[in-house]
Amino acid sequence: MHSSLWLSALIVLPLLGALVAMAVRRTPDAAYRVAVGVGALEVVLTLVVAVLYKSNVAGAQGYDFLSRHVVSAPLGLAYDVALDGLSLLMVVLTALVLLLSLLGGRDKRREPAFVSWLLILTSLTMGSFVAHDVLEFFVFFELTLVPCYFIISGWGAKERTRAALKFFLYTFTASAFLLIGILYMGFAYQHQHPTAALTFAYGAMAATSMSHATAVWLFVAFAVAFGAKAPVWPLHTWSPLTYAEAPTAGSIELSALLAKLGSYGLLRFAVGLLPLAQVSVRPYVLTLAVIGILYGSVLACVAADLKRFVAYSSLAQMSFITLGIMSGSTIGVTGAVLLMFNHGIITIGFFLIIGFLERRRASIQIADFAGLQGPAPVMAGLFTVAMLASIGLPGLSGFVSEYLILIGTFTTHAWWSAVAALGVLASAVYLLWAYQRVFHGRALGANATVTDASAGERWVLAPVVVLIVLLGVFPQPVLNRITPSVHTLVTQVATASVIK
Amino acid sequence: MTHLAPLIMILPLAGFLFVLLNGRSLGNRSVGVIATGVVGLSFLASVLTFVQVLHDHSREVTVNLFTWISVDTLHVPAAILVDPLSITMSLFVTGISTLIHWYSTAYMEGEKDFRKFFLYLNLFVFSMLTLVLANNLVLTFVGWEGVGVCSYWLVSYYFDRDAAASAGKKAFIYNRVGDVGLLVAMFLLFTHTHTLTYLGVFSSTSLLSPTVATLVVLALLLAATGKSAQIPLFNWLPDAMEGPTPVSALIHAATMVTAGVYLLVRMSPVLALSSSGRMSIAIIGGVTAFVAATIATAQKDIKKVLAFSTVSQIGYMVLAVGVGAYGAAIFLMVSHAFFKALLFLGSGSVIHSLGGEQDMRKMGGLARWLPLTFPTFLIGWLTISGVPPFAGFWSKGDVLTNVFTHNKPLWVLGVLTAILTAYYMSRLFVLTFRGSERFREVTHQHDPHESPVAMTVPLLILAVLSVFGGVLDLPWAHGFSLTHFLAPTFGYVAPSAAQSTTLQTGLALVDVAAAAIGLFAAFTIWRNRVESATFEKPFFEHVWHWDDAYDATLARPLATAAQFSSDVVEERVIDGAVEGLGGSVRRSGEGIRKLQAGMVRQYALAMVLGATVIVVYLVGRVR
Repeated sequence: MHSSLWLSALIVLPLLGALVAMAVRRTPDAAYRVAVGVGALEVVLTLVVAVLYKSNVAGAQGYDFLSRHVVSAPLGLAYDVALDGLSLLMVVLTALVLLLSLLGGRDKRREPAFVSWLLILTSLTMGSFVAHDVLEFFVFFELTLVPCYFIISGWGAKERTRAALKFFLYTFTASAFLLIGILYMGFAYQHQHPTAALTFAYGAMAATSMSHATAVWLFVAFAVAFGAKAPVWPLHTWSPLTYAEAPTAGSIELSALLAKLGSYGLLRFAVGLLPLAQVSVRPYVLTLAVIGILYGSVLACVAADLKRFVAYSSLAQMSFITLGIMSGSTIGVTGAVLLMFNHGIITIGFFLIIGFLERRRASIQIADFAGLQGPAPVMAGLFTVAMLASIGLPGLSGFVSEYLILIGTFTTHAWWSAVAALGVLASAVYLLWAYQRVFHGRALGANATVTDASAGERWVLAPVVVLIVLLGVFPQPVLNRITPSVHTLVTQVATASVIK
Repeated sequence: MTHLAPLIMILPLAGFLFVLLNGRSLGNRSVGVIATGVVGLSFLASVLTFVQVLHDHSREVTVNLFTWISVDTLHVPAAILVDPLSITMSLFVTGISTLIHWYSTAYMEGEKDFRKFFLYLNLFVFSMLTLVLANNLVLTFVGWEGVGVCSYWLVSYYFDRDAAASAGKKAFIYNRVGDVGLLVAMFLLFTHTHTLTYLGVFSSTSLLSPTVATLVVLALLLAATGKSAQIPLFNWLPDAMEGPTPVSALIHAATMVTAGVYLLVRMSPVLALSSSGRMSIAIIGGVTAFVAATIATAQKDIKKVLAFSTVSQIGYMVLAVGVGAYGAAIFLMVSHAFFKALLFLGSGSVIHSLGGEQDMRKMGGLARWLPLTFPTFLIGWLTISGVPPFAGFWSKGDVLTNVFTHNKPLWVLGVLTAILTAYYMSRLFVLTFRGSERFREVTHQHDPHESPVAMTVPLLILAVLSVFGGVLDLPWAHGFSLTHFLAPTFGYVAPSAAQSTTLQTGLALVDVAAAAIGLFAAFTIWRNRVESATFEKPFFEHVWHWDDAYDATLARPLATAAQFSSDVVEERVIDGAVEGLGGSVRRSGEGIRKLQAGMVRQYALAMVLGATVIVVYLVGRVR
């Protein structure tokens, strides 16, 4: 077992960074340099944590870096952190998203404020992923809305105000269900253990006994909150508008990272705490996931701008994650956890390239582009890597996760998986078509003089390409870290359904 | 010495990586030499491995490279299976690839993306070898998709031409339809046998019920129809001719498109479990062979004729698989690789000499101008037409004899196809090399020129192989034939077709007659014609309206549905309902800005109050 200070450092460091960035705001560029420095340090720290992490910590169900401090006993509030195979990759992703969106999505308007919001958001997201207490998770989870709201409304495109408000109301309303569920579980536990203090510790919540009907209602409440975030069809309609209007860094944060809070929450809290209910609602959620895969693919075909295009393709990909999470098979859930990370990396790639194109052409409308492969072959090549990973080309990262999800789901729910496999076909249709419209053909007018990716832009995308290839060819070290935790979770569900 | 086997795969990959990372500092000449060299060395490694396999006691060796994916019960190693089937495939894949790489160094000279072309080509060879050498289905899928994406890149190589860009996309998407089949086949096999290695699956076929086995075979068939361009997914291949001609020769004739046949042969122990599955395979193959041959009679583009001819010939291979004649299928695959590569490269030489012209109406009389291309093409033409003693006569005869013993109606269809084959190939030959010179307008009155050595020598080598390829599997050489060598890898071999010499001779005579009829008809009709409404049926020319049918029944309705989903379902139904619930946010500009702060606060308050009320109520109920 390792010291929990590692995790605390991950949460505190970006906060300190935000303070320093504000303090040095009078010197031009200083805030940005501080933020990049913090981002780089954060990436290094998370990589160290990932290497240190021991998946087979004795007796702790695979939790490492564990520690609990009660903050306020009457309120049941505690600072409780831990790391396991489900959250490990998310922690790494959080740091990578910060660094890459700073490097690739730099916005010089009111820069100290911009980077401070990004740093605060990172700290809160990090807190959500390592929280081992349900109420603590909710606090972090809910607070992430604030920096998001300001990033979108402060640095977004023309309709930023409407987009920010819609995003805020959507997720805020949905998370009210989560709060109710959490409070109910905490009070129910205290009622069952009158001598114990009010607590929302993860282990305690898992031990709360309740009727099957109550569990199902709680599951639905959790699923609504996390489903709006992920998004799960039909709670997705905030995402196209918000992704399109947010600045590049904001789009990356939202789709690559914050969406994962939804799927992570669904897995950790809905499936993890309510295994019995999961078995009952599984067919319904799986159906929504399959609809989401096909629906997202169809709308991606007709999306008019590149960011909406990625929003709908993300809906399809996030639905694959939901499918895996609900599959009830270790293989499927492992694939889902891996896809959360892979989709994050691939989406960073997409939004960075879209941002680069926007800088050159001041547009993200697909119809404004043509033949860019001629003047910008390297940019086209980088986009191709992200595209092929997203299509699920074996040898690249997307395949491993998508394949595990589908084959795992097939062993438990063959029909859902068979229909979802059509998504593999659909992703090729919408991605290749978009590629053809933007990069193939003859470049005329403003498109003919587009410059190729600069050295700086190539360096920002280099880690994305490396991770896509590396996790496609050698995923096993990562899978070794995920699988034990997933196995514990899935067997717990299986045991629960046997008892039922 | 089996440790040489990984080298077969690794060499082309190394070439790809080397050129990718050092390409900018290398000249075109060195890129060509390196790319051709690594594939040549890979061929050498294949030969050495083949010699080893011949002398080895165990002809089934697994070489483990590393653990690729291992989760719970799913174990997918990156491992190679060296056995007679995979080594036969490697030999002809690397051999033909070497020749075509060499040919390309001259053919592609002066192209803007010369380096990129060889990058794709090397990556293609690596993927193709992964496909055939993999010891499990998932790794085969890596190669399967890899060759697909290389094909996509190479078909849309001239990406500024819309036709090329669309053709590349079409090829990939049609293949993806088939890939869904391969995925489902893998899922079914894993669910029932808990393994995906070939040897693992074959040793647990008893776990597959007849229904599951049939489903697996049909899913594999779907995969094969995509990759090997069979009905109903065949019509991407003619479009794929938009790619440079060496690509058509290598990928869309000799190697990649035969991958579907390879997969079916590889899975023969599973095919053995389902007679209805095998029957479906035979019908698809037989019908495709015939339909594609009819289409080839009416095409005006020299490459299109060859493309449909490829579809038709692969149809023969699939037909052979369907009747359990796996050896015959592989024999035809290998000899087809020789003569079809020869024909495509020969047509490339013709196109090259005419500055890019592909329309046969603007050719003619080229025999005297192309002193090396002409005789080699002549050999290719006689070979595919089934004239003895060239390779095509033996391999096609082998297929038809086997079909005769199992299914008489399909045999009749096969013989009809043979007549058509001789006919359309002779038409192509006459229109290109004989008759009047109609190319002067295209060449601006210049004389056509013979191609450089790097292009003609591969033609000569392929011509020799086409002449003598038949010795691989002569019907009377039982102990030393290709079929005999491959037999241990087949799950179920059809009872030998060679029951009586009289029957065999009779069937061979039928084949010769079919070739003669086709040749004679073509010479009679096309000696003095360039085009003919009577003999070039518009229905055939328009590919039986196959594309139009897909357009009307699938593409257009789907496009309408997508637009409807976007405009109505998404905007009005789903978003409308949500916004209706959450209060109208759809007010813009000033109003919103004023409201905004207040609204957020009100919402927050309402949520907290609401939540508290509900919780108090629920907690009250618990107590």
